[in-house]
Amino acid sequence: MVVSAMASRTAPGQFWFLLAAALPGPAAAAWAINLQPPATAVAREIHDLHNLMLVICGVIFAVVAGFMSYALWAHRKSRGRVAASFHENTRLEIAWTVLPFLVLVGMAWPATTALVAMRDTAEPELTIKATGYQWRWGYDYLRGEGEGIRFVSALATPRPQITGQAPKGEHYLLEVDEPLVVPVGRKVRILTTSSDVIHSWWVPAFGVKQDAIPGFVRDAWFRAEREGVYRGNCAELCGKDHGFMPVVVEVVSPERYGAWVAQRLAAARESADRVFTIDELRARGEKVYAANCAACHQADGRGLPPAFPPLDGSAVVTGPRAAQLETVLHGRPGTAMAAFGKQLSDQDIAAVITYTRNAWGNRTGEAVQPAEIRAARGTGG
Amino acid sequence: MEIAHHTGHAPAHGPRGITRWITTTNHKDIGTMYLVFSATMFFVGGMMAMTIRMELFQPGLQLVAPDVFNQLVTMHGLIMVFGAIMPAFVGFANWQIPLMIGAPDMAFARMNNWSFWLLPPAALLLTGSFLAPGGATAAGWTLYAPLSIQQGPGMDLAIFAIHIMGVSSILGAINIITTVLNLRAPGMTLMKMPMFCWTWLITAFLLIAVMPVLAAAVTMLLADRHFGTHFFSAAGGGDPVLFQHIFWFFGHPEVYIMILPAFGIVSQVIPTFARKPLFGYASMVYATAAIAILSFFVWAHHMFTTGLSLGAQLFFMYATILIAVPTGVKVFNWVATLWRGSITFETPMLFALGFLFVFTIGGLTGLICAIVPVDVQLQDTYYVVAHFHYVLVAGSLFALFAGTYYWLPKWTGHRYDERLGQWHFWCSMIFFNVAFFPMHFLGLAGMPRRIPDYALQFADFNVISSLGAFGFGLSQLLLLAAIVKCVRGGEPAAPRAWDGAQGLEWLVPSPAPHHTWEQPPRLP
Amino acid sequence: MDSVASANRRTLVKLGLASAGMFGFGFALAPLYRTFCRLTGFNELGGAGDGARDVAADRSRSVRLEFDANLRLPGWELRPLQTSVTAHPGEPVQARFLLRNLGPRAAIAQAVPSYAPAGAAPFLTKLECFCFARQALAPGEARELFVTLVVAPGLPAEVPVVTLSYTLFEVEGPAPLGRAS
Repeated sequence: MVVSAMASRTAPGQFWFLLAAALPGPAAAAWAINLQPPATAVAREIHDLHNLMLVICGVIFAVVAGFMSYALWAHRKSRGRVAASFHENTRLEIAWTVLPFLVLVGMAWPATTALVAMRDTAEPELTIKATGYQWRWGYDYLRGEGEGIRFVSALATPRPQITGQAPKGEHYLLEVDEPLVVPVGRKVRILTTSSDVIHSWWVPAFGVKQDAIPGFVRDAWFRAEREGVYRGNCAELCGKDHGFMPVVVEVVSPERYGAWVAQRLAAARESADRVFTIDELRARGEKVYAANCAACHQADGRGLPPAFPPLDGSAVVTGPRAAQLETVLHGRPGTAMAAFGKQLSDQDIAAVITYTRNAWGNRTGEAVQPAEIRAARGTGG
Repeated sequence: MEIAHHTGHAPAHGPRGITRWITTTNHKDIGTMYLVFSATMFFVGGMMAMTIRMELFQPGLQLVAPDVFNQLVTMHGLIMVFGAIMPAFVGFANWQIPLMIGAPDMAFARMNNWSFWLLPPAALLLTGSFLAPGGATAAGWTLYAPLSIQQGPGMDLAIFAIHIMGVSSILGAINIITTVLNLRAPGMTLMKMPMFCWTWLITAFLLIAVMPVLAAAVTMLLADRHFGTHFFSAAGGGDPVLFQHIFWFFGHPEVYIMILPAFGIVSQVIPTFARKPLFGYASMVYATAAIAILSFFVWAHHMFTTGLSLGAQLFFMYATILIAVPTGVKVFNWVATLWRGSITFETPMLFALGFLFVFTIGGLTGLICAIVPVDVQLQDTYYVVAHFHYVLVAGSLFALFAGTYYWLPKWTGHRYDERLGQWHFWCSMIFFNVAFFPMHFLGLAGMPRRIPDYALQFADFNVISSLGAFGFGLSQLLLLAAIVKCVRGGEPAAPRAWDGAQGLEWLVPSPAPHHTWEQPPRLP
Repeated sequence: MDSVASANRRTLVKLGLASAGMFGFGFALAPLYRTFCRLTGFNELGGAGDGARDVAADRSRSVRLEFDANLRLPGWELRPLQTSVTAHPGEPVQARFLLRNLGPRAAIAQAVPSYAPAGAAPFLTKLECFCFARQALAPGEARELFVTLVVAPGLPAEVPVVTLSYTLFEVEGPAPLGRAS
């Protein structure tokens, strides 16, 4: 909502406007030339700080370029100028060493106060851990209202849009299956960590970018001032699908947040024991597959051998389920196959296994229930 | 290499043909080989950049798969840094330093030959790694662990290539330092040396200080990959962030390794065409040294989002801001050199002035990136891509172009085609800005770097940027044409090819004979 | 000319030694960084003990310690048995974790602790911690683990909440990072 509001802002300056008219491109063309509209006090402070720096640097550039341009125009040989021979002036040289120094001190001062505010992670009302996976974000609500909620948030843009076989939607590459949901006006502390390589959790409108480092936790915080959907990306190169792991945060009213938490927790309790039909499982599994598996094993199940083996006709997928369960839950050490046991719920794993066993040329006709996954995990009940 | 056969300074005796080039210990031959090598790598890396910009021309995946895209981004960086920019400056040093200080050759002529001939195998390893299973390394030129630990054998080839190029750079640096310190003509004190020699002397010390550190970093990566060590893995008591610290301890001085010799070239060119001595020579020397020393205390400004402590963030912010002072001194001194000169606008001067304008923009965006809160928004976005291309293309590369046109008459004995040169400048300058200026907007609006596909609101500026990049790429064919034409013939150049040029290199004939200053010149 | 040649040789030797020294320095940065981390408490590497310090308890304020765990070992479970504990600075607190091997094979694991905010780390002392030792578990085995901590009274008042997060790694056997083949 917020992003689309930004996208519809008119292009600044006639030059850009003319260019925009002349160029092909999607209707949502934004021509944004500054930081995204801030949605937190910190982001606003960064925004102001950047504008201040830009003005200072602009003035410095104008002065330097002005003197230079004047010299190039006035002191040309073609105007009959004879070169002077001076080559030093101690006073001048001291002046342009000391003066910039003072300007820089003037820049460092507001930067320091802004930085100290950014690093103040005290008194959070909600603590959420963001774990980077190649190439998804996992969220654990560690403390505060909603404690215990956990899910994985993956790109929701369908592959055909990416490969150009379907028109691209409004939030192309900036949409996920399950956004992070937080209440408006509350201080949310984000802990970042990673399960594989370094990622970086970034929401421009919040002014938060924090690397997620495997083996360590780091923290950052935000207090969103307005409801809306805020979109960002992973900001640290993390391998093949680095460009395809967006961060989407939905900021809602405290009431809606409370309702969301209640529904989330109830669904988790309910789905533990329910038995699903094969069609329910396949439908859900297709989504889980698209979000988690298709990047490597491909939407058509043919994989990208040799690194990513095909699932269509695979002996593991069409053979005994125990082997497939083991692979999906625990991964295959020494290969690119990750362990999904920690990332996906029992229901999602049951659904995606059911899907792969009944998709493409695979026709086992078997449905795998969440309870079976729970048993395989060894949690017993 | 064909080109160099016609340069007219071939030795009167000794081996001919390819053997001559393999066995040569002559600083001019070796300089030529460095320049030809780096031009080749420049076009190889440039083709990768063109492919990248084609993929980014519009949203969606069109041309290359995401993993191949990452390989291209990585190799473009590695090849341009280690294959194009650095060897080009060594080539300039080889050709010019002995001529400028009145030395008969480099101090260690045979070692000079080795340090060049290490490069082609390294380049083959690096570019050949595309053929390795899994392709070339796709971890970014910064090779951050643990992503680089995940890579296939292409990463090992890149590590070996970096080792070899590192050895080459260190040998080259030792040679340059020894030459400058011990082989100056009588009467040429350090403080009378041309600015280019000063900047290279300081650069060479930086190389000796940091190239071994890079070698150590990639050796540790290699050990983590294959020998079960845990330097960069928390599992064994290591830390992935340690790699970044070591890499940037090398990496930031490396940035100055790529820009200080450019400062040197510009400091030769501007006084020549302003017909006025360089303003503030002594303060230029001190500023260069100050930049070099400060470069060791700013590395973590590349790591502001890794979760450094507040104190560390403040320290590295202040240290980085401080670098603007000596850099400012240099820019002001160049402007003062122009002031009340008698200025003409031949191609070398155009590139030097282009450098001055556009590099200043790159320097100022660097200052903006140094402000930690702002950097949190800009880190790993296209703003940073814009910033370092303003510094490395408009900075280092434009200075290399300026130097090429400036000394071509001395190297070939012919004047280059001025019209071609002017076209090359204006096309490069315009297309460069069309390609890279919009990237500032993209970065500010939130487009991350190193992504093969992007959200729709970034589409329009990417079209402009890609068009500019294609134009910039094509413009470089003009450079090629100008050089080939100049090597093959043209108006003979006088020994002092430019009427405002000062310095010993302009006292020897053009083209410079195979052996020069066998009797050191006497300075007043 | 001879004197120039020997001067060159001297310069070569010095610069060669300097290069070799810097190569060594590159490696030395690893232990230097560890030392730096230990002294500042910034990152805790290698799971070494902190040793006890004798301090008087400060009952005038309290600090909330939050506990969390991350797994890099498929099939295992490590979770805190309490999400947080409130403590007075200077007073030892204990937290319990449950470690289970639900996978099909025996393995040895090591937990690596990490604090957020990082600036709080120097003010936390682990008197006892399961992260000081490796944990070997057979398939199906479960174990309750303990950590005993003291918050130093010097912890800045602006830091009322500290998270202690463990990441569990496998330390022997297949490489913990899935290598893309």
